[in-house]
Amino acid sequence: MSAPALRFSVDGAPVEAKAGQTIIEACDDAGIYIPRLCYRADLPPGGQCRLCTCKVNGRYAAACVTPVTPAIAVENDTPELRAERNTIVEMLFVEGNHPCPFCEKSGNCDLQAMAYRFGLSATELTYQFPNRDIDATHPEIFLDRNTCILCGLCIRASRSADGKAVFGFENRGARTQLTVNSPDGLAGTDIATADRAAAVCPVGCIVVKGTGYETPYGERPYDRQPIGADIEAQRHPSAERKDADV
Amino acid sequence: MIGENVAAADRTRLMDMIIAAQSRLGYLSDETLSAIASEVGIAYVDVVDTASFYAFFSRAPQGRCQIRFSKTPVSLVKGAADVVRAFEKALATPLGTTSPDGITLNWTSDIGMADQEPACLINGTVFANLEPADAAGIVDEVRTMIANDALPGFPGYGNAAAFSSAKAGCASNVVLAGEVLFAPMTPGSGLRAALAMTPEEVIDEVRRSGLRGRGGAGFPTGMKWGLTRRANGEARYIICNADEGEPGTFKDRVLLVEAPGLVFEGLTIAGYALGAKIGLIYLRAEYAYLFGDLQRVLGERRRLGLLGERTGGREGFDFDIRIQLGAGAYICGEESALIESLEGKRGAPRDRPPYPTDRGYLGQPTSVNNVETLACVPRIIERGANWFSKIGTAESKGTKLMCLSGDCAKPGVYEVPFGITLNELLDLAGGADAEAVQVSGAAGECVAPKDFGRSLCYEDLSTAGSTMVFGPERDVLEIVLQFAEFFADESCGWCVPCRIGTVLLKENLEKTRHGLASREDLARLERLAGTVRKMSRCGLGQTAPNPILSTLRNFPHIYESKLIGGDDVRIDLQAALRDARALRTVSALKQDGA
Ligand SMILES: Cc1cc2nc3c(=O)[nH]c(=O)nc-3n(C[C@H](O)[C@H](O)[C@H](O)COP(=O)(O)O)c2cc1C
Ligand code: SF4
Ligand code: SF4
Ligand code: SF4
Repeated sequence: MSAPALRFSVDGAPVEAKAGQTIIEACDDAGIYIPRLCYRADLPPGGQCRLCTCKVNGRYAAACVTPVTPAIAVENDTPELRAERNTIVEMLFVEGNHPCPFCEKSGNCDLQAMAYRFGLSATELTYQFPNRDIDATHPEIFLDRNTCILCGLCIRASRSADGKAVFGFENRGARTQLTVNSPDGLAGTDIATADRAAAVCPVGCIVVKGTGYETPYGERPYDRQPIGADIEAQRHPSAERKDADV
Repeated sequence: MIGENVAAADRTRLMDMIIAAQSRLGYLSDETLSAIASEVGIAYVDVVDTASFYAFFSRAPQGRCQIRFSKTPVSLVKGAADVVRAFEKALATPLGTTSPDGITLNWTSDIGMADQEPACLINGTVFANLEPADAAGIVDEVRTMIANDALPGFPGYGNAAAFSSAKAGCASNVVLAGEVLFAPMTPGSGLRAALAMTPEEVIDEVRRSGLRGRGGAGFPTGMKWGLTRRANGEARYIICNADEGEPGTFKDRVLLVEAPGLVFEGLTIAGYALGAKIGLIYLRAEYAYLFGDLQRVLGERRRLGLLGERTGGREGFDFDIRIQLGAGAYICGEESALIESLEGKRGAPRDRPPYPTDRGYLGQPTSVNNVETLACVPRIIERGANWFSKIGTAESKGTKLMCLSGDCAKPGVYEVPFGITLNELLDLAGGADAEAVQVSGAAGECVAPKDFGRSLCYEDLSTAGSTMVFGPERDVLEIVLQFAEFFADESCGWCVPCRIGTVLLKENLEKTRHGLASREDLARLERLAGTVRKMSRCGLGQTAPNPILSTLRNFPHIYESKLIGGDDVRIDLQAALRDARALRTVSALKQDGA
């Protein structure tokens, strides 16, 4: 017999989770989208971006690392959390250098797509205009740290999916940056274009050469549907929020 | 010497290996890090990850002598900036650079000397109560030592006796000794009393005493031990948190100097109660000068049979203690970051659950306890939970060490019962004309005179002990800015709201302090502070906005008086352009010079 389902609620709607699931896993299964930038279902969670922060029984907790426990009340899509998440996305735009109009990742970029989903067009936060190194040592893969959001996905993917350790962090605080497993840059590592780590970057930092601008405007993934729409398409029509019934 | 007897391939000793390399070579080159990586059998990038995280490691060549001045609101109030200028002059070397004869000057975060500021560390030796006039003499002595190859270790464990300067070394300044922590003790008496009980009885006694954690969070110690003992695991660990990084606190240093036996005995009793074989002390790098003395006390306790095989004469209880040195990171005081650092990694906190009591050090049940918490334990066991719980208030039992600093006549450590009011404490310390008191460090609250009647205890004004007093002539915004800078420097950088938010908060405050902020900027500051508080991953980010939020609440007039132009702000475009041009010229010059 399989373990009994755990019942809990998200914004008032009942949701079921399998034993051991995190809030984000259970919500993905239920077709409830919780915004995220540093999470992929098949990789261990890292808890870096904090975009998936919800209120769980009144306390702030990141959905990607918080296990479901019976009867918890999760607040996800509330005006307060929407505002806080907007600020986090804005923070990422001012922390790095993001020239979207001519970025290769445009239209396929989770950060840009999140800004569109949230309806953000400008920010009041102060741009930091950092000086960041690029790494062009590798014949096939290029690193443009200007757009890196330090989400850690490539680090986790390299370790858990590729069985390597190509990427890591360096320094701390605002000086944190992505680094690679060789003093000689990416060329000194054993990364391969087929690696999960080479494909996982949610922004335009890790670029496999020779694949740029392949998809015409209007047909790029996020031209067709907003980020999160694939998850929301799973939602059962009868599972609408309770408060929407009244 | 640390690191020398470390078995290769023991990743948990990576910190010691990097410390040893830094000591021997003065910096960590790519080749050094590669060599360490192959010795330990881990990826190069993992060694870089750890080595690049800590403030006391450097990856570029540095001077043979490192002088680090403590930069805190208290040190600045006491004239640290003038002292630094005098050193710059004596060396003809600006801060942040190295003199031709190999002396590097830098600021560093609080070094646990708030009662004796301005203070600095010279290759690990602490210098206190500095005045500008001391600079020339100290610099001369350091130069001679460098020439004779006689400078104590690098970064070294400090040796005040090696210097002739009267400013080398530090005092304990126990102004008020109370009945729990500074009463005389006989080594072994608490342990013997504990060994007469079962481990469960010891935990129960601690639970009944009402002892709560002194490190800030106030978690009931008996409950934490019970959870750790009951959790499933192959081994259990007890860790003593001696990272003491909160600005304005220095009580753990004083305990480790004045009553190290009490701390070790508390750790040993905890080991017995939890069923642990090893106790780890995480000692901040800033206190490396205590390392030698602490090792001597440990050796003495081993000789007395109070550590090692058959500890305290108990068959089957083989407990020992190891001291792990940190390398300059405030975040490593956070218990899960501390555990990561103990495992040889960067000090990035973990997400919870699992809690350390379930899966802590090496994935095993672990209790992390503050130095002061552990020092209470032998007393509780010896004199009984009832005795201890009669001291203090309903929710806060026992005494608390308060660290007084800043504008007061008698800075130092005060052991007082919980429940004492801030006013009473200020009277004791001669700080009656205080206009603002920062309670519980940078992460705490800035309290105005209207609230000086509040009691210091978990149920009212909760504190880990840091009490920084500021008189009427002090600029509260400057103090807040200092804390904002501290958090931006010390953020581990793992999560977005804290990594970027602490920098933006600092920038916004700078703007306010320079009288360039509008009412709209102030509203923005408050909103941003809210985001950092709510969305950050760990206690550092969650408390980083506290100085701002508490001064906005308690000292609103200070912000108001700095605002420009009411609601309708107009910019003087000409002046702004002039400033921008000036800035550009400066950076253009820098580039030319580089
Ligand atoms: C940023 C941060 C820094 C901390 N620094 C310290 C510290 O230096 N010493 C300490 O004992 N606890 C510190 N703590 C609290 C620890 O996480 C932990 O709660 C404490 O060591 C538990 O011991 P206790 O129960 O005896 O208080 C810190 C917490 C945070 C969030
Ligand atoms: S990485 Fe994304 S957000 Fe950044 S510039 Fe490219 S498209 Fe824009
Ligand atoms: S390179 Fe991409 S995947 Fe890696 S940390 Fe940066 S943003 Fe994340
Ligand atoms: S809140 Fe700050 S210190 Fe804590 S994990 Fe996030 S970045 Fe690191």
